[in-house]
Amino acid sequence: MTAPAPQDLRIITSRFGIEDGHTLAGYERTGGYAGLRRALEMAPADVHGEVRTASLLGRGGAGFPAGVKWGFCPPGVWPRYLVVNGDESEPGTYKDRLLMERDPHQLIEGCLIACYALGLSQCFLYVRGEMAHAQERLAAALNEAYEAGYVGANVLGAEDFSVDITLHWGAGAYIVGEETALIESLEGDRGMPRLKPPYFPASIGLYGKPTIVNNVETLANLPWIVSNGGEAFAAMGADSSTGTRVFAVSGHVANPGVFEVPFGTTTFRDIIFDPLYAGGMRPGRTLKTFIPGGASAPWFFEEHLDLPLEKTTVDQAGSMLGSGAIVVMDDTTDVVKACHNVVRFFARESCGKCTPCREGTSWLEKILSRILAGQGRPQDLDLLMDVCDNISPGIAWPPRQTTICPLGPSAVSPIASALERFRGEFEAYLPATAVTVAGVAS
Amino acid sequence: MARLNANNLTVAQEILSRYPVPRSALIPLLHLAQEQDGYVAEDAMAHIAELVGVTPAEVMGTCSFYEMLKREPVGQYMVNICNGISCHLLGSSDLIHHAEATLGVRPGGTTDDGKITLEAVECIAACTEAPCLQVNYRYRNQVTADDFDQLVDDLRAGTAGVAPHGQLAKVRQHIGDDRRAGVSPPDGQGEPAWMARNPSDNGDGS
Repeated sequence: MTAPAPQDLRIITSRFGIEDGHTLAGYERTGGYAGLRRALEMAPADVHGEVRTASLLGRGGAGFPAGVKWGFCPPGVWPRYLVVNGDESEPGTYKDRLLMERDPHQLIEGCLIACYALGLSQCFLYVRGEMAHAQERLAAALNEAYEAGYVGANVLGAEDFSVDITLHWGAGAYIVGEETALIESLEGDRGMPRLKPPYFPASIGLYGKPTIVNNVETLANLPWIVSNGGEAFAAMGADSSTGTRVFAVSGHVANPGVFEVPFGTTTFRDIIFDPLYAGGMRPGRTLKTFIPGGASAPWFFEEHLDLPLEKTTVDQAGSMLGSGAIVVMDDTTDVVKACHNVVRFFARESCGKCTPCREGTSWLEKILSRILAGQGRPQDLDLLMDVCDNISPGIAWPPRQTTICPLGPSAVSPIASALERFRGEFEAYLPATAVTVAGVAS
Repeated sequence: MARLNANNLTVAQEILSRYPVPRSALIPLLHLAQEQDGYVAEDAMAHIAELVGVTPAEVMGTCSFYEMLKREPVGQYMVNICNGISCHLLGSSDLIHHAEATLGVRPGGTTDDGKITLEAVECIAACTEAPCLQVNYRYRNQVTADDFDQLVDDLRAGTAGVAPHGQLAKVRQHIGDDRRAGVSPPDGQGEPAWMARNPSDNGDGS
């Protein structure tokens, strides 16, 4: 077992234990806004260079390198915008809300650094609607930061650097976490994803202009990166997954919690079983399965415990770290019910734009419901896989898409995982007579 | 119910002033209408359409997409029990059944006294606190059946310390006129001034 992260390895949760860490006074006392000051002493392109050197991977789910994404803005096209994705809704995911509630100035500082580096002339901070406390913490922090001269006209007295941060909030729709749907929503429309290409809003985004969409956790890392240098960040964690990451471990563990750990070197066994983290299973229980990266991710099992929390390794093992949500299920879990729960989520949250997702996810949910009600048909398990195959041909990993966004294929993950591993538990729900009746009928 | 009142019209104008394209303010304005009336009334949608410069049908189109925006009156308190996977694993179904029995309504229903609307909702990002719920978007963590009954008593007695449905953040963003950088319209300026900064000017090259 590798050494768990001690307190001093924390980058973005370092103020979580500080009572007034969310206020400007608390933030300044603990080194706040030093990164912004440092950035303003550098050329914007050099700030971008530090983020590239840091190899900071996006923390929203897809794990795309932020410095590279930043480079996709077409030259000479202005204005450019920053949109912060704070619409955290992936089941099991619980980190951006804490970062917004407990350290709002860190996020604001990260936004300012991004705007400075890329010439983004206005920032929109899109917070999930249901997070009332995060909204008021950010509103209070922004009001303080404006008054103190960190945000708005002439940031820190600079004559040439002015940028507004507009606090915006959603109204309840998981799909809005998809970056093009987020932009639609921010334009006042129904939050439905846009057709690709363009693949990145950096080329055509908000109001048709180049737009950088970054996750809350991604931006929260910027003050540290600029203060300490991209190389220092890249030195932490693994080669391809640098710095630290925040994981929420929930479900059937002794000590559910949100933990910041070195990215890429900590293993699933460490974070689930180490007493410093989730502390293992509840007394007397054993591990049955776990979801390694949010509800969209294929499930993992005992044999995956020694894999590091590292993007490439987990991708190659057939799942993803996604949004940093590890959901642990013990031997008491009814996997058919758990599978239904996750599929129901996607059926409810499908925006309805693409037929395979709209129809497919709701049929998957209906079939699982009738299986759970004891009214399953013998062919239902194959039918589930057939519907999955229609949504995501071949049921491969990474998933192939027949849809504009990955929501539809996400509903395939729990079914493919659970049916392959626990087919007997599904069969046990099928009424014994169903086999005979179907046989006669055919 | 009504169009936005004079106070809220002022708030609405301030919200609008923070967006380069007025339509972007639609969702915040719909929340404002819901804060005023407890739900989004048709007159309010028509008023917002005027403010934003779109048709009432377009406002309805946006409003009807989002789960939090209610176009019919709901209870004074929305009690949203999380039924996400983490809460499911730790007994949210039992809690929902208990709530149904206690309140005498199914999810989506409102109690006869008009106080409480029950909902079973998707993940609300408090997964380590399962099973959890929100009352008007304020968290209650690791909720037992007894906790739930106590909460219902407190809500009915008006002692739970929760604002009526519609109000979200108690703090609003406010930008003083002298601190405003100004919105950045899409057909606006070229390269921002600070992009011309040169590292050699301050000896900070690498």
